[in-house]
Amino acid sequence: MNAKKEQLILRIDRLAVLPSGWIHIVLVDAAGGQLPLCEPGQFVEVAVDRAPVLLNRPFSVYNSTVTALELLVAPIGRASSKLGEYSVGDTLRVIMPLGHGFSTAPAGSKVLLIGGGVGIAPLFYQVLRLKEAGAHPTVIFGMRTTPDKWICDRFASECPIYICTDDGSEGFHGLVTQHPEFKCADYDMVQICGPKPMMRACAKIASETDTPTEVSLENHMACGLGACLCCVEDTADGNVCVCKNGPVFNIKELKW
Amino acid sequence: MVNLGVKLGSLELKNPVLTASGTFGYGLEYADFMNLERLGGFIVKGTTLEPRQGNPYPRMAETPSGMLNAVGLQNKGVENFATETYPKLEALDTEVMVNVSGASVDQYVATAERLAELPRIHAIELNISCPNVKQGGMAFGTTTDGAAQVVKAVRKAWPRHLMVKLSPNVTSITDIALAVEAAGADSVSLINTLLGMAVDVERRKPVLSTITGGLSGPAVRPVAVRMVWQVAKAVGIPVVGLGGITDARDALEFIMAGATAVQIGTANFLDPATCIKVIDGLEDYCQRHGVVDIAELRGII
Repeated sequence: MNAKKEQLILRIDRLAVLPSGWIHIVLVDAAGGQLPLCEPGQFVEVAVDRAPVLLNRPFSVYNSTVTALELLVAPIGRASSKLGEYSVGDTLRVIMPLGHGFSTAPAGSKVLLIGGGVGIAPLFYQVLRLKEAGAHPTVIFGMRTTPDKWICDRFASECPIYICTDDGSEGFHGLVTQHPEFKCADYDMVQICGPKPMMRACAKIASETDTPTEVSLENHMACGLGACLCCVEDTADGNVCVCKNGPVFNIKELKW
Repeated sequence: MVNLGVKLGSLELKNPVLTASGTFGYGLEYADFMNLERLGGFIVKGTTLEPRQGNPYPRMAETPSGMLNAVGLQNKGVENFATETYPKLEALDTEVMVNVSGASVDQYVATAERLAELPRIHAIELNISCPNVKQGGMAFGTTTDGAAQVVKAVRKAWPRHLMVKLSPNVTSITDIALAVEAAGADSVSLINTLLGMAVDVERRKPVLSTITGGLSGPAVRPVAVRMVWQVAKAVGIPVVGLGGITDARDALEFIMAGATAVQIGTANFLDPATCIKVIDGLEDYCQRHGVVDIAELRGII
């Protein structure tokens, strides 16, 4: 977790705007070198230099190898919505790897991963890591409406994935907490990334069965390095930086 | 060979580039991105006598070419700094300065007294200009009497370089600068953040938990350069300029306006290697313009 942080110029090797509008970007080292390996749940800061913004933007790591960094971004803000306008061959300044990610789990253990909206992004890399450790991940993916097939298929090739939609357009019609597979007692650990109300609802149910639960927060950041103290979350240890002590926290640490 | 070395009174810096308090943590957060010993020095996070939790989240709002913050001096207190952080910094071959804040004159003095026991801390920066705390901070820095009172008291307790950080949220920053000079300051640094505010119109609420916060970043630079120019003309002690510096060109604006040294603040959040790029850029500028000593450029406006 304390790997050296680096500021790198990365080249866009692939960029696809999915039917939902979400952007999938594959970045490689512009100089042809190897990339530092991120851990699942860690994030990177990207200077979106074509957007009318001052600060870098934190994005969770969708997948990470020594040759490529993958991001999955929803075009929500002034910076993220500009990313789809970049082209293959363009470069981006990226600071990585940052923060404290998800825990791994022992071989044979069952882990329930819950993604809400673009909160699904960091869970793919975690699925790969859990499988490598011999654990058994299961994913519940909650969306307002039909998710991109490409994303669901990629998860489905690795582990069971259950889709929930608010409008019933695909999969289970309802919230992730109402899904029949949401039985925390059946799992050794629950790991969640999504909107805070969803994570709190999930965490409340998980704590009833005392299932160890981790959530990934996204408080607004300035530096991403633990220097500015802007992105703090109130915890058992007082105000701590989400960018440094998190973004992934065990729910027992949080006072939310 | 260009001489970038400068002197703040008797304090010698290898170059004029410092980091602004609150934007560089304790330096160690940036060690992956630079050799900290290349800096003229760095000023660590605002330190108070007792630990402080700061203000509630949200504490930050991005604004056009700038940002508002309302961190509110979150820190673990001077004792924790002295016993936990200082040992990690004392071997560094650069000037480590501590920004000191307090809610009363006694607290400023007690904090300075504890820091005086740390021999490698050659300078403190007295923060009489933080806009984000209810007591102290800016309350001292917005009147000549208040500023002089705290500086006089700390001057008796602190034997080494005393830099005083000034608030721009005043009618005449020059009057405050003259008051702290008369009270015994060795240098002044300016500007601290400008008091600002942002509203989330969708939620119909202020963006910051504290409603108002301090504006920093390139948006404030012209104001800062103007104030440095005014103060440098008025006082006899060195002036340290800060406010929205992102590169060597920006730093040179302050130096030509009269600053002996500069601080890099918000830009550390944008590119963590900014300070090194500014140092290299100053050297490059001097070489291109045949400047042998950076002092040749100081106060030429």
